[in-house]
Amino acid sequence: MRAVITVIGKDMVGILAKVSNECANAQINITEVTQSILQDLFAMIMLVDISQSTISFEELTDRMNQLGQAQNLKIHVMHEDIFNSMHRI
Amino acid sequence: MINTHDILETITMIDDEHLDVRTITMGISLLDCSDEDIDKACTKVYDKICRYAKDLVKTGENISKEYGIPIIHKRISVTPIAMIAAPCQGKNPVKFAQALERASQTTGVNFIGGYSALVHKGFAPGDYALIESIPEALNVTEHVCSSVNIGSTKTGINMDAVAKMGKIVRKTAELTADRDCIGAAKLVVFCNAPEDNPFMAGAFHGPGEPDCVINVGVSGPGVVRAALAKAGDCDITAVADLVKKTAFKITRMGQLVAQEASRRLCVPFGIIDLSLAPTPAIGDSVAHILEEMGLESCGAHGTTAALALLNDAVKKGGVMASSHVGGLSGAFIPVTEDAGMIDAARSGALSITKLEAMTAVCSVGLDMIVVPGDTSAEIISGIIADEAAIGMVNSKTTAVRLIPAIGKKAGEELNFGGLLGEGPVMEINRHSPARFINRGGRIPAPMQSLKN
Repeated sequence: MRAVITVIGKDMVGILAKVSNECANAQINITEVTQSILQDLFAMIMLVDISQSTISFEELTDRMNQLGQAQNLKIHVMHEDIFNSMHRI
Repeated sequence: MINTHDILETITMIDDEHLDVRTITMGISLLDCSDEDIDKACTKVYDKICRYAKDLVKTGENISKEYGIPIIHKRISVTPIAMIAAPCQGKNPVKFAQALERASQTTGVNFIGGYSALVHKGFAPGDYALIESIPEALNVTEHVCSSVNIGSTKTGINMDAVAKMGKIVRKTAELTADRDCIGAAKLVVFCNAPEDNPFMAGAFHGPGEPDCVINVGVSGPGVVRAALAKAGDCDITAVADLVKKTAFKITRMGQLVAQEASRRLCVPFGIIDLSLAPTPAIGDSVAHILEEMGLESCGAHGTTAALALLNDAVKKGGVMASSHVGGLSGAFIPVTEDAGMIDAARSGALSITKLEAMTAVCSVGLDMIVVPGDTSAEIISGIIADEAAIGMVNSKTTAVRLIPAIGKKAGEELNFGGLLGEGPVMEINRHSPARFINRGGRIPAPMQSLKN
Protein backbone atom coordinates (compact mmCIF):
# COMPACT_ATOMS: atom_id res chain seq x y z
CA MET A 1 0.00 0.00 0.00
CA ARG A 2 1.37 3.38 -0.91
CA ALA A 3 0.62 6.89 0.24
CA VAL A 4 1.45 10.32 -1.11
CA ILE A 5 2.84 12.90 1.28
CA THR A 6 2.85 16.49 0.07
CA VAL A 7 4.55 19.32 1.88
CA ILE A 8 4.00 22.93 0.96
CA GLY A 9 5.30 25.96 2.82
CA LYS A 10 8.04 28.51 3.28
CA ASP A 11 11.47 27.09 2.56
CA MET A 12 13.76 26.54 5.54
CA VAL A 13 16.52 24.25 6.74
CA GLY A 14 15.56 20.68 7.56
CA ILE A 15 12.06 20.24 6.11
CA LEU A 16 12.98 17.11 4.20
CA ALA A 17 14.88 15.75 7.20
CA LYS A 18 11.97 16.23 9.57
CA VAL A 19 9.41 14.62 7.30
CA SER A 20 11.65 11.71 6.39
CA ASN A 21 12.56 11.26 10.04
CA GLU A 22 8.88 10.78 10.89
CA CYS A 23 8.67 8.20 8.10
CA ALA A 24 11.77 6.35 9.30
CA ASN A 25 10.43 6.23 12.86
CA ALA A 26 7.40 4.36 11.61
CA GLN A 27 9.26 2.01 9.24
CA ILE A 28 7.83 3.80 6.23
CA ASN A 29 9.98 3.51 3.13
CA ILE A 30 10.29 6.53 0.87
CA THR A 31 10.22 5.31 -2.73
CA GLU A 32 10.19 8.57 -4.68
CA VAL A 33 10.66 12.23 -3.96
CA THR A 34 10.22 15.27 -6.15
CA GLN A 35 10.69 18.72 -4.81
CA SER A 36 10.86 22.20 -6.16
CA ILE A 37 11.53 25.59 -4.68
CA LEU A 38 9.83 28.51 -6.36
CA GLN A 39 11.29 31.73 -4.95
CA ASP A 40 10.91 30.93 -1.25
CA LEU A 41 8.03 28.46 -1.54
CA PHE A 42 8.92 24.87 -0.88
CA ALA A 43 6.86 22.10 -2.48
CA MET A 44 7.66 18.43 -2.04
CA ILE A 45 5.83 15.31 -3.06
CA MET A 46 6.86 11.97 -1.59
CA LEU A 47 5.61 8.56 -2.58
CA VAL A 48 5.98 6.22 0.38
CA ASP A 49 5.43 2.53 0.95
CA ILE A 50 3.40 2.02 4.12
CA SER A 51 3.01 -1.75 3.96
CA GLN A 52 5.64 -2.25 6.72
CA SER A 53 4.46 0.73 8.73
CA THR A 54 4.36 0.26 12.49
CA ILE A 55 1.57 2.80 12.92
CA SER A 56 -1.90 3.09 11.45
CA PHE A 57 -2.69 5.42 8.59
CA GLU A 58 -4.72 7.65 10.91
CA GLU A 59 -1.78 7.88 13.33
CA LEU A 60 0.55 8.84 10.47
CA THR A 61 -1.88 11.55 9.36
CA ASP A 62 -2.05 12.89 12.91
CA ARG A 63 1.74 12.95 13.30
CA MET A 64 2.24 14.73 10.01
CA ASN A 65 -0.48 17.24 10.88
CA GLN A 66 1.28 17.97 14.16
CA LEU A 67 4.60 18.37 12.39
CA GLY A 68 2.95 20.66 9.84
CA GLN A 69 1.45 22.84 12.52
CA ALA A 70 4.69 23.05 14.48
CA GLN A 71 6.70 24.02 11.39
CA ASN A 72 4.03 26.16 9.75
CA LEU A 73 3.85 23.85 6.72
CA LYS A 74 0.89 22.32 4.97
CA ILE A 75 1.39 18.57 5.03
CA HIS A 76 -1.10 16.20 3.44
CA VAL A 77 -0.99 12.43 3.70
CA MET A 78 -3.29 10.72 1.25
CA HIS A 79 -3.78 7.20 0.01
CA GLU A 80 -2.47 6.87 -3.56
CA ASP A 81 -5.79 5.40 -4.73
CA ILE A 82 -7.42 8.80 -4.57
CA PHE A 83 -5.12 10.14 -7.29
CA ASN A 84 -5.35 7.02 -9.40
CA SER A 85 -9.13 7.07 -9.34
CA MET A 86 -9.50 10.78 -9.96
CA HIS A 87 -7.00 11.15 -12.75
CA ARG A 88 -6.95 7.80 -14.56
CA ILE A 89 -9.69 5.99 -16.37
CA MET B 1 4.99 8.05 -10.29
CA ILE B 2 1.66 9.79 -10.20
CA ASN B 3 1.76 13.04 -12.11
CA THR B 4 2.77 15.98 -9.91
CA HIS B 5 0.23 18.21 -11.58
CA ASP B 6 -2.57 15.76 -10.77
CA ILE B 7 -1.54 15.58 -7.13
CA LEU B 8 -1.42 19.33 -6.73
CA GLU B 9 -4.72 19.71 -8.56
CA THR B 10 -6.45 17.34 -6.13
CA ILE B 11 -4.97 19.09 -3.13
CA THR B 12 -6.00 22.53 -4.42
CA MET B 13 -9.52 21.22 -5.02
CA ILE B 14 -9.77 20.04 -1.43
CA ASP B 15 -7.94 22.90 0.29
CA ASP B 16 -9.12 25.92 -1.66
CA GLU B 17 -12.19 24.89 -3.63
CA HIS B 18 -14.23 23.01 -1.02
CA LEU B 19 -14.14 19.63 -2.74
CA ASP B 20 -15.73 17.12 -0.44
CA VAL B 21 -17.91 14.08 -0.21
CA ARG B 22 -21.09 15.64 1.06
CA THR B 23 -22.65 12.64 2.67
CA ILE B 24 -22.42 8.94 3.29
CA THR B 25 -25.98 7.88 3.95
CA MET B 26 -26.82 4.43 5.23
CA GLY B 27 -30.26 3.27 4.14
CA ILE B 28 -31.87 0.87 6.61
CA SER B 29 -35.08 -1.04 6.02
CA LEU B 30 -37.42 -1.06 9.00
CA LEU B 31 -40.03 -3.28 7.37
CA ASP B 32 -39.32 -6.01 9.94
CA CYS B 33 -39.82 -3.62 12.87
CA SER B 34 -43.57 -3.03 12.76
CA ASP B 35 -45.68 -4.18 15.69
CA GLU B 36 -49.20 -3.52 16.95
CA ASP B 37 -47.68 -2.34 20.22
CA ILE B 38 -46.15 1.04 19.37
CA ASP B 39 -43.61 0.91 22.20
CA LYS B 40 -42.35 -2.47 21.06
CA ALA B 41 -42.15 -1.19 17.47
CA CYS B 42 -40.17 1.87 18.58
CA THR B 43 -37.73 -0.31 20.52
CA LYS B 44 -37.22 -2.51 17.46
CA VAL B 45 -36.64 0.56 15.29
CA TYR B 46 -34.10 2.02 17.70
CA ASP B 47 -32.30 -1.28 18.17
CA LYS B 48 -32.06 -2.06 14.47
CA ILE B 49 -30.75 1.38 13.51
CA CYS B 50 -28.16 1.36 16.29
CA ARG B 51 -27.08 -2.17 15.42
CA TYR B 52 -26.58 -1.45 11.72
CA ALA B 53 -25.15 2.06 11.99
CA LYS B 54 -22.98 1.75 15.09
CA ASP B 55 -19.74 2.08 13.10
CA LEU B 56 -21.01 4.44 10.41
CA VAL B 57 -19.63 7.70 11.81
CA LYS B 58 -16.29 6.22 12.86
CA THR B 59 -15.80 4.49 9.50
CA GLY B 60 -16.61 7.74 7.69
CA GLU B 61 -14.04 9.59 9.77
CA ASN B 62 -11.38 6.94 9.17
CA ILE B 63 -11.89 6.98 5.42
CA SER B 64 -11.78 10.74 5.47
CA LYS B 65 -8.43 10.71 7.24
CA GLU B 66 -6.89 8.00 5.11
CA TYR B 67 -7.81 9.47 1.76
CA GLY B 68 -7.49 13.07 2.83
CA ILE B 69 -10.99 13.91 1.63
CA PRO B 70 -13.42 15.71 3.90
CA ILE B 71 -16.61 13.65 4.36
CA ILE B 72 -18.99 16.22 5.74
CA HIS B 73 -22.01 14.22 6.81
CA LYS B 74 -22.76 10.73 7.99
CA ARG B 75 -26.49 10.15 7.87
CA ILE B 76 -29.19 7.52 7.99
CA SER B 77 -32.33 7.08 5.92
CA VAL B 78 -35.06 4.64 6.92
CA THR B 79 -38.20 3.08 5.48
CA PRO B 80 -41.06 5.62 5.41
CA ILE B 81 -42.33 5.53 9.00
CA ALA B 82 -45.96 5.64 7.83
CA MET B 83 -45.51 2.00 6.71
CA ILE B 84 -44.07 0.95 10.06
CA ALA B 85 -46.66 2.91 12.04
CA ALA B 86 -49.59 1.48 10.07
CA PRO B 87 -50.40 -1.37 12.52
CA CYS B 88 -50.40 1.01 15.51
CA GLN B 89 -53.77 2.55 14.75
CA GLY B 90 -54.97 5.29 17.06
CA LYS B 91 -51.50 5.81 18.52
CA ASN B 92 -49.45 8.99 18.08
CA PRO B 93 -46.66 8.27 15.55
CA VAL B 94 -44.49 10.98 17.13
CA LYS B 95 -43.12 8.18 19.33
CA PHE B 96 -41.36 6.89 16.22
CA ALA B 97 -39.81 10.32 15.63
CA GLN B 98 -38.51 10.27 19.18
CA ALA B 99 -37.06 6.78 18.66
CA LEU B 100 -35.33 8.03 15.49
CA GLU B 101 -33.98 11.03 17.41
CA ARG B 102 -32.55 8.77 20.11
CA ALA B 103 -30.99 6.56 17.44
CA SER B 104 -29.40 9.56 15.74
CA GLN B 105 -27.87 10.65 19.03
CA THR B 106 -26.57 7.16 19.84
CA THR B 107 -25.03 6.65 16.41
CA GLY B 108 -23.74 10.23 16.16
CA VAL B 109 -25.25 10.99 12.73
CA ASN B 110 -26.33 14.56 12.11
CA PHE B 111 -29.63 13.83 10.35
CA ILE B 112 -31.93 10.87 10.05
CA GLY B 113 -34.49 10.92 7.25
CA GLY B 114 -37.61 8.87 6.73
CA TYR B 115 -40.38 10.33 8.85
CA SER B 116 -42.20 10.04 5.59
CA ALA B 117 -45.33 8.97 3.79
CA LEU B 118 -45.84 8.04 0.12
CA VAL B 119 -49.33 9.20 -0.79
CA HIS B 120 -49.05 9.98 -4.51
CA LYS B 121 -52.18 8.00 -5.28
CA GLY B 122 -53.97 8.07 -1.94
CA PHE B 123 -53.71 7.56 1.79
CA ALA B 124 -53.01 4.03 3.09
CA PRO B 125 -53.36 3.10 6.79
CA GLY B 126 -50.81 5.06 8.78
CA ASP B 127 -50.27 7.76 6.14
CA TYR B 128 -52.82 10.28 7.33
CA ALA B 129 -51.89 9.98 11.00
CA LEU B 130 -48.22 10.37 10.16
CA ILE B 131 -48.78 13.48 8.04
CA GLU B 132 -50.94 14.99 10.81
CA SER B 133 -48.12 14.39 13.29
CA ILE B 134 -45.31 15.96 11.23
CA PRO B 135 -45.46 19.44 12.84
CA GLU B 136 -45.21 18.00 16.34
CA ALA B 137 -42.54 15.47 15.33
CA LEU B 138 -40.31 18.16 13.82
CA ASN B 139 -40.92 20.37 16.83
CA VAL B 140 -39.86 17.84 19.46
CA THR B 141 -36.88 16.43 17.57
CA GLU B 142 -33.74 18.04 16.26
CA HIS B 143 -32.22 15.56 13.79
CA VAL B 144 -35.28 13.93 12.24
CA CYS B 145 -36.23 14.89 8.68
CA SER B 146 -39.59 14.39 7.08
CA SER B 147 -40.82 14.07 3.51
CA VAL B 148 -44.10 13.35 1.78
CA ASN B 149 -44.48 12.24 -1.84
CA ILE B 150 -47.70 13.71 -3.21
CA GLY B 151 -47.40 12.97 -6.92
CA SER B 152 -45.62 11.05 -9.65
CA THR B 153 -45.55 10.81 -13.43
CA LYS B 154 -47.09 7.35 -13.20
CA THR B 155 -49.94 8.25 -10.86
CA GLY B 156 -50.66 11.94 -11.24
CA ILE B 157 -50.97 14.32 -8.31
CA ASN B 158 -52.94 13.66 -5.15
CA MET B 159 -54.57 17.06 -4.66
CA ASP B 160 -56.03 16.08 -1.28
CA ALA B 161 -52.47 15.57 -0.08
CA VAL B 162 -51.39 18.84 -1.72
CA ALA B 163 -54.10 20.72 0.19
CA LYS B 164 -53.12 18.94 3.39
CA MET B 165 -49.40 19.65 3.00
CA GLY B 166 -50.00 23.41 2.63
CA LYS B 167 -51.51 23.36 6.11
CA ILE B 168 -48.81 21.06 7.50
CA VAL B 169 -45.93 23.21 6.22
CA ARG B 170 -47.53 26.28 7.81
CA LYS B 171 -48.23 24.56 11.09
CA THR B 172 -44.67 23.17 11.26
CA ALA B 173 -43.30 26.69 10.85
CA GLU B 174 -45.71 28.06 13.47
CA LEU B 175 -44.73 25.48 16.07
CA THR B 176 -41.03 26.29 15.64
CA ALA B 177 -41.48 30.06 15.20
CA ASP B 178 -39.26 30.68 18.23
CA ARG B 179 -36.37 28.90 16.43
CA ASP B 180 -36.56 30.75 13.09
CA CYS B 181 -39.26 28.30 11.92
CA ILE B 182 -36.59 25.63 11.51
CA GLY B 183 -39.13 22.78 11.51
CA ALA B 184 -40.19 23.66 7.98
CA ALA B 185 -36.55 23.45 6.82
CA LYS B 186 -36.65 19.73 7.67
CA LEU B 187 -39.80 18.98 5.67
CA VAL B 188 -39.86 18.28 1.93
CA VAL B 189 -42.90 17.74 -0.29
CA PHE B 190 -41.97 15.63 -3.32
CA CYS B 191 -43.23 14.65 -6.72
CA ASN B 192 -41.41 11.59 -8.12
CA ALA B 193 -39.38 11.12 -4.93
CA PRO B 194 -36.35 8.85 -5.50
CA GLU B 195 -36.08 5.86 -3.17
CA ASP B 196 -32.31 6.03 -2.83
CA ASN B 197 -31.65 9.73 -2.30
CA PRO B 198 -28.79 10.27 0.19
CA PHE B 199 -29.45 14.02 0.63
CA MET B 200 -31.51 15.54 3.42
CA ALA B 201 -34.13 16.57 4.18
CA GLY B 202 -35.72 14.33 1.55
CA ALA B 203 -33.85 11.08 2.15
CA PHE B 204 -35.82 7.93 2.90
CA HIS B 205 -35.16 4.24 2.27
CA GLY B 206 -37.67 3.12 -0.34
CA PRO B 207 -39.66 -0.10 0.00
CA GLY B 208 -37.87 -1.52 -3.07
CA GLU B 209 -34.44 -1.14 -1.50
CA PRO B 210 -32.42 -3.93 0.15
CA ASP B 211 -32.17 -4.40 3.93
CA CYS B 212 -29.22 -2.06 4.24
CA VAL B 213 -27.31 -0.02 1.69
CA ILE B 214 -24.68 2.71 1.41
CA ASN B 215 -25.49 5.70 -0.80
CA VAL B 216 -23.04 8.53 -1.32
CA GLY B 217 -23.69 12.12 -2.34
CA VAL B 218 -20.79 14.04 -3.86
CA SER B 219 -20.43 17.76 -4.09
CA GLY B 220 -18.06 20.35 -5.46
CA PRO B 221 -19.60 23.55 -6.87
CA GLY B 222 -16.41 25.40 -5.88
CA VAL B 223 -14.28 23.10 -8.02
CA VAL B 224 -16.47 23.62 -11.08
CA ARG B 225 -16.45 27.38 -10.61
CA ALA B 226 -12.66 27.45 -10.23
CA ALA B 227 -12.20 25.35 -13.38
CA LEU B 228 -14.40 27.76 -15.35
CA ALA B 229 -12.56 30.76 -13.93
CA LYS B 230 -9.24 29.31 -15.10
CA ALA B 231 -10.63 28.62 -18.58
CA GLY B 232 -11.46 32.28 -19.22
CA ASP B 233 -13.49 33.33 -22.26
CA CYS B 234 -14.04 30.01 -24.01
CA ASP B 235 -17.24 29.23 -25.91
CA ILE B 236 -20.22 27.39 -24.42
CA THR B 237 -19.21 24.01 -25.89
CA ALA B 238 -15.91 24.31 -24.07
CA VAL B 239 -17.74 25.30 -20.88
CA ALA B 240 -19.89 22.17 -21.06
CA ASP B 241 -16.83 20.04 -21.72
CA LEU B 242 -14.99 21.49 -18.76
CA VAL B 243 -17.92 20.89 -16.42
CA LYS B 244 -18.10 17.28 -17.63
CA LYS B 245 -14.42 16.65 -16.98
CA THR B 246 -14.59 18.21 -13.54
CA ALA B 247 -17.74 16.27 -12.64
CA PHE B 248 -15.97 13.09 -13.71
CA LYS B 249 -13.12 13.69 -11.27
CA ILE B 250 -15.45 14.64 -8.43
CA THR B 251 -17.57 11.55 -8.98
CA ARG B 252 -14.61 9.18 -9.18
CA MET B 253 -13.63 10.37 -5.75
CA GLY B 254 -17.18 9.73 -4.50
CA GLN B 255 -17.16 6.27 -6.05
CA LEU B 256 -13.90 5.41 -4.29
CA VAL B 257 -15.26 6.57 -0.94
CA ALA B 258 -18.53 4.71 -1.49
CA GLN B 259 -16.77 1.45 -2.34
CA GLU B 260 -14.46 1.77 0.62
CA ALA B 261 -17.32 2.57 3.01
CA SER B 262 -19.32 -0.33 1.64
CA ARG B 263 -16.38 -2.72 2.08
CA ARG B 264 -15.53 -1.62 5.61
CA LEU B 265 -19.12 -1.64 6.85
CA CYS B 266 -19.95 -4.89 5.02
CA VAL B 267 -23.00 -3.24 3.50
CA PRO B 268 -23.76 -3.28 -0.24
CA PHE B 269 -23.03 -0.15 -2.24
CA GLY B 270 -26.21 1.41 -3.61
CA ILE B 271 -25.70 4.52 -5.69
CA ILE B 272 -23.70 7.68 -6.14
CA ASP B 273 -25.81 10.80 -6.26
CA LEU B 274 -24.13 13.09 -8.79
CA SER B 275 -25.00 16.40 -7.31
CA LEU B 276 -23.56 19.84 -7.03
CA ALA B 277 -24.68 20.64 -3.50
CA PRO B 278 -23.80 24.14 -2.33
CA THR B 279 -23.14 25.31 1.23
CA PRO B 280 -23.35 28.86 2.56
CA ALA B 281 -19.51 28.97 2.66
CA ILE B 282 -17.92 31.45 0.29
CA GLY B 283 -16.66 29.62 -2.80
CA ASP B 284 -19.11 26.73 -2.53
CA SER B 285 -22.01 28.16 -4.50
CA VAL B 286 -23.94 26.92 -7.53
CA ALA B 287 -25.09 30.49 -8.23
CA HIS B 288 -21.45 31.54 -8.56
CA ILE B 289 -20.92 28.90 -11.27
CA LEU B 290 -23.77 30.44 -13.27
CA GLU B 291 -22.25 33.87 -12.71
CA GLU B 292 -18.83 32.56 -13.77
CA MET B 293 -20.47 31.49 -17.04
CA GLY B 294 -21.22 35.14 -17.65
CA LEU B 295 -24.39 36.21 -15.85
CA GLU B 296 -24.21 39.44 -13.88
CA SER B 297 -26.27 37.82 -11.16
CA CYS B 298 -28.01 34.51 -10.68
CA GLY B 299 -31.65 35.17 -11.62
CA ALA B 300 -30.81 37.27 -14.69
CA HIS B 301 -32.39 36.23 -18.00
CA GLY B 302 -30.21 33.38 -19.24
CA THR B 303 -30.07 31.71 -15.81
CA THR B 304 -32.35 28.83 -16.80
CA ALA B 305 -30.25 28.08 -19.90
CA ALA B 306 -27.01 28.23 -17.95
CA LEU B 307 -28.43 25.93 -15.27
CA ALA B 308 -29.73 23.47 -17.89
CA LEU B 309 -26.25 23.26 -19.39
CA LEU B 310 -24.65 22.81 -15.98
CA ASN B 311 -27.11 20.15 -14.85
CA ASP B 312 -26.72 18.12 -18.02
CA ALA B 313 -22.93 18.35 -18.10
CA VAL B 314 -22.65 17.25 -14.46
CA LYS B 315 -24.64 14.12 -15.26
CA LYS B 316 -22.71 13.34 -18.43
CA GLY B 317 -19.39 13.63 -16.62
CA GLY B 318 -20.55 11.74 -13.57
CA VAL B 319 -22.28 8.82 -15.22
CA MET B 320 -19.09 7.33 -16.61
CA ALA B 321 -17.28 7.76 -13.32
CA SER B 322 -19.69 5.68 -11.30
CA SER B 323 -20.98 2.14 -11.55
CA HIS B 324 -24.45 3.01 -10.21
CA VAL B 325 -25.98 6.44 -10.35
CA GLY B 326 -29.21 7.40 -8.60
CA GLY B 327 -30.77 9.71 -6.08
CA LEU B 328 -31.42 13.24 -7.23
CA SER B 329 -28.29 13.66 -9.38
CA GLY B 330 -28.10 17.21 -10.65
CA ALA B 331 -27.41 20.74 -9.48
CA PHE B 332 -29.18 21.87 -6.32
CA ILE B 333 -30.52 25.38 -5.94
CA PRO B 334 -31.39 25.76 -2.24
CA VAL B 335 -31.63 29.52 -1.74
CA THR B 336 -30.60 29.87 1.90
CA GLU B 337 -27.79 27.32 1.57
CA ASP B 338 -26.00 29.06 -1.29
CA ALA B 339 -24.05 32.29 -0.76
CA GLY B 340 -24.64 33.42 -4.36
CA MET B 341 -28.37 32.70 -4.22
CA ILE B 342 -28.70 34.56 -0.92
CA ASP B 343 -27.05 37.64 -2.45
CA ALA B 344 -29.19 37.41 -5.59
CA ALA B 345 -32.37 37.10 -3.51
CA ARG B 346 -31.36 40.03 -1.30
CA SER B 347 -30.62 42.26 -4.25
CA GLY B 348 -33.90 41.36 -5.92
CA ALA B 349 -32.21 39.72 -8.93
CA LEU B 350 -33.72 36.35 -8.06
CA SER B 351 -37.46 35.89 -7.65
CA ILE B 352 -39.63 32.87 -6.85
CA THR B 353 -41.00 32.86 -10.40
CA LYS B 354 -37.48 32.62 -11.81
CA LEU B 355 -36.65 29.88 -9.32
CA GLU B 356 -39.72 27.96 -10.46
CA ALA B 357 -38.50 28.12 -14.05
CA MET B 358 -35.06 26.96 -12.93
CA THR B 359 -36.55 23.92 -11.22
CA ALA B 360 -37.71 22.62 -14.60
CA VAL B 361 -34.09 22.04 -15.60
CA CYS B 362 -32.28 21.14 -12.39
CA SER B 363 -32.58 18.40 -9.81
CA VAL B 364 -35.15 18.92 -7.06
CA GLY B 365 -37.13 22.13 -6.90
CA LEU B 366 -38.09 25.14 -4.83
CA ASP B 367 -35.65 24.48 -2.04
CA MET B 368 -35.06 26.42 1.18
CA ILE B 369 -37.09 29.45 0.19
CA VAL B 370 -38.29 31.76 2.92
CA VAL B 371 -41.77 33.17 2.27
CA PRO B 372 -43.72 35.80 4.24
CA GLY B 373 -45.23 34.69 7.55
CA ASP B 374 -48.77 35.53 6.48
CA THR B 375 -48.65 33.24 3.41
CA SER B 376 -51.86 31.21 3.54
CA ALA B 377 -51.91 27.41 3.52
CA GLU B 378 -53.74 27.51 0.15
CA ILE B 379 -50.99 29.57 -1.46
CA ILE B 380 -48.36 27.12 -0.15
CA SER B 381 -50.48 24.29 -1.59
CA GLY B 382 -50.66 26.19 -4.89
CA ILE B 383 -46.85 26.43 -4.98
CA ILE B 384 -46.60 22.71 -4.18
CA ALA B 385 -49.10 21.85 -6.95
CA ASP B 386 -47.19 23.94 -9.54
CA GLU B 387 -43.91 22.33 -8.64
CA ALA B 388 -45.41 18.84 -8.63
CA ALA B 389 -46.90 19.49 -12.07
CA ILE B 390 -43.47 20.42 -13.44
CA GLY B 391 -42.08 17.17 -12.04
CA MET B 392 -44.97 15.05 -13.22
CA VAL B 393 -44.98 16.30 -16.79
CA ASN B 394 -41.19 16.27 -17.18
CA SER B 395 -40.74 12.84 -15.54
CA LYS B 396 -38.32 14.31 -13.02
CA THR B 397 -38.11 14.78 -9.29
CA THR B 398 -39.37 18.08 -7.99
CA ALA B 399 -39.72 19.14 -4.40
CA VAL B 400 -40.86 22.03 -2.29
CA ARG B 401 -39.17 23.07 0.93
CA LEU B 402 -40.65 26.42 1.89
CA ILE B 403 -40.18 28.13 5.21
CA PRO B 404 -43.02 30.49 6.11
CA ALA B 405 -41.28 33.08 8.31
CA ILE B 406 -43.93 33.46 10.98
CA GLY B 407 -44.30 37.10 12.01
CA LYS B 408 -42.01 38.41 9.27
CA LYS B 409 -42.54 40.27 6.02
CA ALA B 410 -40.70 40.40 2.69
CA GLY B 411 -37.24 41.92 3.13
CA GLU B 412 -36.72 40.63 6.68
CA GLU B 413 -34.44 37.60 7.21
CA LEU B 414 -34.30 34.21 8.85
CA ASN B 415 -31.05 32.68 10.08
CA PHE B 416 -30.92 28.93 10.71
CA GLY B 417 -27.16 28.81 11.19
CA GLY B 418 -24.85 26.07 9.96
CA LEU B 419 -25.50 24.32 6.68
CA LEU B 420 -29.13 25.40 6.44
CA GLY B 421 -27.87 28.96 6.11
CA GLU B 422 -29.84 32.17 6.12
CA GLY B 423 -31.88 34.19 3.71
CA PRO B 424 -34.32 36.99 3.04
CA VAL B 425 -38.09 36.55 3.02
CA MET B 426 -39.09 36.48 -0.66
CA GLU B 427 -42.34 37.99 -1.90
CA ILE B 428 -44.94 35.70 -3.44
CA ASN B 429 -47.98 36.16 -5.69
CA ARG B 430 -50.86 36.95 -3.34
CA HIS B 431 -53.76 36.00 -5.60
CA SER B 432 -55.67 33.13 -4.06
CA PRO B 433 -55.72 29.59 -5.50
CA ALA B 434 -58.04 28.52 -2.64
CA ARG B 435 -60.99 27.31 -4.72
CA PHE B 436 -58.75 25.25 -7.01
CA ILE B 437 -56.91 23.69 -4.06
CA ASN B 438 -60.04 22.96 -2.04
CA ARG B 439 -61.63 20.97 -4.86
CA GLY B 440 -59.54 17.94 -3.83
CA GLY B 441 -59.31 14.80 -5.94
CA ARG B 442 -56.46 13.77 -8.19
CA ILE B 443 -54.82 15.26 -11.26
CA PRO B 444 -54.79 12.32 -13.69
CA ALA B 445 -51.43 10.92 -14.77
CA PRO B 446 -50.20 12.59 -17.98
CA MET B 447 -49.78 10.87 -21.35
CA GLN B 448 -46.05 10.55 -20.59
CA SER B 449 -46.93 7.82 -18.08
CA LEU B 450 -48.47 5.54 -20.71
CA LYS B 451 -45.26 4.00 -22.00
CA ASN B 452 -46.19 0.32 -21.93
